[in-house]
Amino acid sequence: MLNIMSLKNKKASAAAAGESAKKSKTTPAALRLQKDISDLKDLPSTMKLSFPNPDDLFNFTLTITPDEGFYKGGVFVFTFKVNPNYPHDAPKVLCTQKIYHPNIDLEGNVCLNILREDWKPVLNINSVMVGLQYLFLEPNAEDPLNKVAAEVLRSNRKQFEQNVNRTLRGGAVDGITFDNVIKN
Amino acid sequence: MSHHDWPDRWKDLYTYLERPGPFENDGFEPGDAVKDFLHSCKILVIGAGGLGCELLKDLALSGFRDIHVIDMDTIDVSNLNRQFLFRHKDVGKPKAIVAAEFVMNRVPGVTVTPYFGKIQDKDEEYYKQFSIIICGLDSVEARRWANATIVGMFDEGDPETLKPIIDGGTEGFKGQSRVILPRISACYECSLDMQTKPTTFPMCTIANTPRLPEHCIEWASSVAWPKAFPDKKIDGDDPDHIKWLLNTALDRGREFNITGITYTLTQGVVKNIIPAIASTNAIVAASCANEAFKIATNCTTYMCNYMMYVGDDSVYTYTFELQRKDECPVCGSAQIKLRIDPEKTLSELLDMLLDTQEVQLKAPSLRTAAKSLFMQAPPMLLEMTRPNLDRKIRDLVAPGEEITITDANIPISLQLTLEFI
Ligand SMILES: [Zn+2]
Repeated sequence: MLNIMSLKNKKASAAAAGESAKKSKTTPAALRLQKDISDLKDLPSTMKLSFPNPDDLFNFTLTITPDEGFYKGGVFVFTFKVNPNYPHDAPKVLCTQKIYHPNIDLEGNVCLNILREDWKPVLNINSVMVGLQYLFLEPNAEDPLNKVAAEVLRSNRKQFEQNVNRTLRGGAVDGITFDNVIKN
Repeated sequence: MSHHDWPDRWKDLYTYLERPGPFENDGFEPGDAVKDFLHSCKILVIGAGGLGCELLKDLALSGFRDIHVIDMDTIDVSNLNRQFLFRHKDVGKPKAIVAAEFVMNRVPGVTVTPYFGKIQDKDEEYYKQFSIIICGLDSVEARRWANATIVGMFDEGDPETLKPIIDGGTEGFKGQSRVILPRISACYECSLDMQTKPTTFPMCTIANTPRLPEHCIEWASSVAWPKAFPDKKIDGDDPDHIKWLLNTALDRGREFNITGITYTLTQGVVKNIIPAIASTNAIVAASCANEAFKIATNCTTYMCNYMMYVGDDSVYTYTFELQRKDECPVCGSAQIKLRIDPEKTLSELLDMLLDTQEVQLKAPSLRTAAKSLFMQAPPMLLEMTRPNLDRKIRDLVAPGEEITITDANIPISLQLTLEFI
């Protein structure tokens, strides 16, 4: 099937062509990321992507505006940092605001299984976006990052709803003040 | 016979090269030509570490005489237990250079040309000169780069650009070797989801319910560090960084009654160090070197195409054929070339692409390695790149520069090269 000796016998002709300028190569991570991003044509109205630098697909933000559930009315902004080993490595995602949520801590770390232990290279940017949106529709008391919020959600949904409402407007719960994330 | 050879030096190897065999490949012709080719073809070894030392020794003793080696690392004391081309006096020196000198001193008639630096320092012109490339690397990222570069070099119209890649890897008692024929058999990227990934723990375990020393170290590195040093990346080789992480993890361990947090474990978790067993390296490297010999000479059938070796539960080894993936971003991508007047606009180029018969593009997005030329989605990128449509090709791309095209309507990407007229 392959005979590299016969290939060599034909003698190097290409070497003389002389395109010696070092061309920058598109990395495998960039190839895959371009596919992921350019396929995001029909985003739901609740999600918006912004790129501070349009030439850099490795750093961007996602804005989620849930249209139902506890968090309706809030505008939530996440930064995505994709590393050069994507999609072997998952993107790094942080919430830029201080919000009251059982699966997001006060520093913005997010507890979403597909961002860590369940990440697989077949998943893509869209899977993460859908996963994040789901956290606002169905906050999950089982995998808490904010234990106090999770406890309230588990024991008293009415109280949890009131706490979310207050904190979305920049109010405080248990002496902690949250960011105002209400859409103007 | 070169002046370095003594009678019967290659007697055993030549047994395979001087007469026909039952498993020879198509086109095998016993005789002097194949011997000369073995002794003169250029072969590149990427990595001069655990696998690299073994590979260089094996190739030199298998009749390869024009060997090149590339490695960016310097020798550390901890390498000396298995990287047998290095001595205590070599600590701190570049691995590629010391390994090359050692093999040349030991095996008469062999030239080993070292390059001390990153694989990314070299471009296609460099990789083009080799007949076979062997990777003995320990990082997924470096392998993906080498694979993409060498697969991407293959131009279907020019068979000389086809470079077989032989890839070896080990993890403790386990290892694998494989043969990649660009665009013919599965490439490294085709099987990316088979790669074992570093153990990761759920964020909530790290944050709230740590049980293992690793959980505390993970907390120190992924929660406490970014908070304390938001703009500084952890350097696993910097003792100050490791000490800070160790102390933070120890505090956390005390809080949750977890013991067993040590300096070595901290460094191991942070750098994701996998134990290296000298004999596993030897097994895998030997298999890679044999495949190189078979591919260079065609004297017998080479591996098709993936051999796994599992040595930690008794011994199990199995060879099977990994399938190519049609939508692989690296080897599934089609190549197209267009001749275009650089005075034309990007919008006119887009029209040309939509008219191309070979591929059914409907909404192509175009990027060079550094620049978004035109992105159809998401809406913000469309708005930001739309002004480029009226710009001239010559102001956006250099002649011969590679353009990647993706389209939501096709599963693969395309590599476009423009020739200016
Ligand atoms: Zn592939």
